[in-house]
Amino acid sequence: MLIIDNVSKRYPTGDLALRNVSLNVPRGQVVGLIGPSGAGKSTLLRCINRLEEPSEGVVKLNDLEVTSLSSSSLRRARRSMGMIFQDFALVDRLSVMENILSGRLGYVNFWQSFSRRFPQADITRAFVVLERVGLLDFVDKRADALSGGERQRVGIARAIVQEPELLLVDEPTASLDPRVSIQIMRLIVELCAERQMAAIINIHDVALARMFVDRIVGIRQGMIVFDGPSEMLSNEVLSEIYGAEQEVLNSPVSPAVTI
Amino acid sequence: MNLQLRRWRPKPLIKNPYVCIVTCLAVIIYLFFAIGSLDVKWLRVLEGLSRAAALWSGFLHPDFTSRWDDIRNGLLESLTMTFTASIVGLVFAIPFSIGAARNIVPMPIYIFCRAFIAISRSLQEIIVALFFVVLFGFGPLAGFLTLVFATIGFVAKLLAEDIEDTSPRQLEALRATGAGFYQIVVFAILPQIMPRLIGLFMYRIDINFRDSAVIGIVGAGGIGATLNTTMERYEFGSAAAILLIIILIVVLCEYTSGYVRSRFN
Amino acid sequence: MPVSFARNGTKLWQRRTRLSDWLRYLAWLLIVALFVFCWRLMTMDTIWAYVLDSPRQGADIVSRMWPPRFGYLWQLWAPLWATINMATLGTLLAIVLALPFAFLSAIKTTPNRYLVRSMALLVISASRSINSIIWTMLLVAIVGPGVLAGVIAIALRSFGFISKLLYEAIDEVSNHPLEAIRSTGASGPQVLAFGIWPQITPAFVGISLFRWDINIREATVLGLVGAGGIGANLEASMNLLAWPQVAVILTVILATVIFSEWLSAAIRQSLI
Repeated sequence: MLIIDNVSKRYPTGDLALRNVSLNVPRGQVVGLIGPSGAGKSTLLRCINRLEEPSEGVVKLNDLEVTSLSSSSLRRARRSMGMIFQDFALVDRLSVMENILSGRLGYVNFWQSFSRRFPQADITRAFVVLERVGLLDFVDKRADALSGGERQRVGIARAIVQEPELLLVDEPTASLDPRVSIQIMRLIVELCAERQMAAIINIHDVALARMFVDRIVGIRQGMIVFDGPSEMLSNEVLSEIYGAEQEVLNSPVSPAVTI
Repeated sequence: MNLQLRRWRPKPLIKNPYVCIVTCLAVIIYLFFAIGSLDVKWLRVLEGLSRAAALWSGFLHPDFTSRWDDIRNGLLESLTMTFTASIVGLVFAIPFSIGAARNIVPMPIYIFCRAFIAISRSLQEIIVALFFVVLFGFGPLAGFLTLVFATIGFVAKLLAEDIEDTSPRQLEALRATGAGFYQIVVFAILPQIMPRLIGLFMYRIDINFRDSAVIGIVGAGGIGATLNTTMERYEFGSAAAILLIIILIVVLCEYTSGYVRSRFN
Repeated sequence: MPVSFARNGTKLWQRRTRLSDWLRYLAWLLIVALFVFCWRLMTMDTIWAYVLDSPRQGADIVSRMWPPRFGYLWQLWAPLWATINMATLGTLLAIVLALPFAFLSAIKTTPNRYLVRSMALLVISASRSINSIIWTMLLVAIVGPGVLAGVIAIALRSFGFISKLLYEAIDEVSNHPLEAIRSTGASGPQVLAFGIWPQITPAFVGISLFRWDINIREATVLGLVGAGGIGANLEASMNLLAWPQVAVILTVILATVIFSEWLSAAIRQSLI
């Protein structure tokens, strides 16, 4: 469903953030993306929905060449790709409902969005998603009145309400404590299974990745150095991806945390 | 509850519907009366459009030459007034700011200085200029004093707030070493406000120049008088020239001020 | 030059280097020289005898102002109403003008960073450089004397002020929510309505109230150049040398300004 073909990204400074990255993600598969910071994980995700423009290469979503779309077609294509951010990226002064409805902006015209009069079908979608992520009591609460975990659930709801085929998840748990991180990862993976969505999850906690995803892709210095099931993630592979720090990352999740 | 039927509306600005209706009505009634009181004489406005066109063409062909002597003298007056008044105003603002800081001076001085600052900031410059003209006669001296008065009020208020924000522990520590009032001022207060002075100076020069271009209308010197004459005689070319010069100088002041402030911070 | 030496003569600490000391001295010298030059130029034609006489003059005028003619107060209600309208309508018009210019000047929302933005910034500078009194003079020449000239003058002066503060607020808005909204497939205007506008609403209200307060103060004097309102009464009274009336007018102006400043600060406080 998602085909990334030889994508490279060069910054104006000359640094190569991505080198000839190729990846195929079939429908419904959840992929974990791991690697040291600065390896290019975020850049890869952002090149897929063109928040950053790849310098070379092609991204195809269901045979639609995303990389060559005009701006209006790109907007339509982005409806099929939901993005979830590390720092939640909510509009603090808006309510939970309004933040979630912003996921439907690609489907409504300007006046509907300006006056906040969304079609009832969209409102229903939002309520269904709100119930699914467990925030039905928070409908009109301001986004900045929520805890970190609750805010990320709003971010997830906003991505889901788009009814996308692909989720691009950029370090969803980096700002959350361990117990909440597990809840969030479980929520994302369950939603993908329920709605047959593919997902690429950028994750820095290898143990968490191993717990929840089947396929892991390791990136180092802009290149894919590992692509396979999480069982095959041995110490040697980890040291190849991360360099010398793999001892720290290889430790299992603390037994004090309930699963 | 069946989610299919659940409705949602964005939260209204004013929660209480009665308050909302009353406010809306009040606004509409006010606007009706306010705009009604405007008394627009449409014939006069139509006539005026031709004059507006003349003004616009004046901007496209500004006339710098016919009144050049007046313009040059007026400009010189404005610039000298601005520079001297900004410096003198800044210097005098320091004692006033110290006197307006509750944490270091006794109550009577505090009240006096605060009253002075409040009056300085509430009175429009042109009114102050009028009075100085009546007192000191026509000419740039009255304008100079006007700008000094305005500068003191503006700068002293800001500095006084800074001084009042000084941590009381700093002052305590100094007092514990046996420092007297003047030593406290020199070693604790002045180092705190000095860095601000350059930024305030540049900011105030900008404002003072703009004001200096206006107080000439009432005779306090500067380019305002020349501008007034050109406007009264409908010499739009010269008026436009003067306005363009003013805009240019103000924009230059802003750039310099931005540059100086970024270098010294 | 603050310096301290050790007992054997070696220098331990010096506040500034020799060169920077000289440079500072030079800078001071230049400023003082410039000051003296400007002062002489400025006071070339000053009649110092007149200046020395001024305290007596001042006392004379103040004595003429007393007792203030309080009966004049009832004549001031209509001009005061006109003045407040000038300020309020002018501010409203300024807001309408300021919004498009703010969006054109902010880096985040301008359609073209070089041409369009520079032109918008130029217009904003022109609006801010020209005092509202000068704008009034221009408008009185065009639409004739009266409150209308004052309203338009205040609008033309204020929209630059509001625009500048507004575009600075827009450029300080946090970028991540904007990216998130764009990634859902929203168009530029939708990002503006859903992402930028909610983030700048408090700043917008604060700036508008602030400018309204300043405009009240400015509107009180526009009558001096023909725009009606209480300034016209001031002009008339001064021409007639009716000092007791002048005293009353000044008190009313002072009271209005203080009240509007208090009101504007109170509303802004309650919104935070």
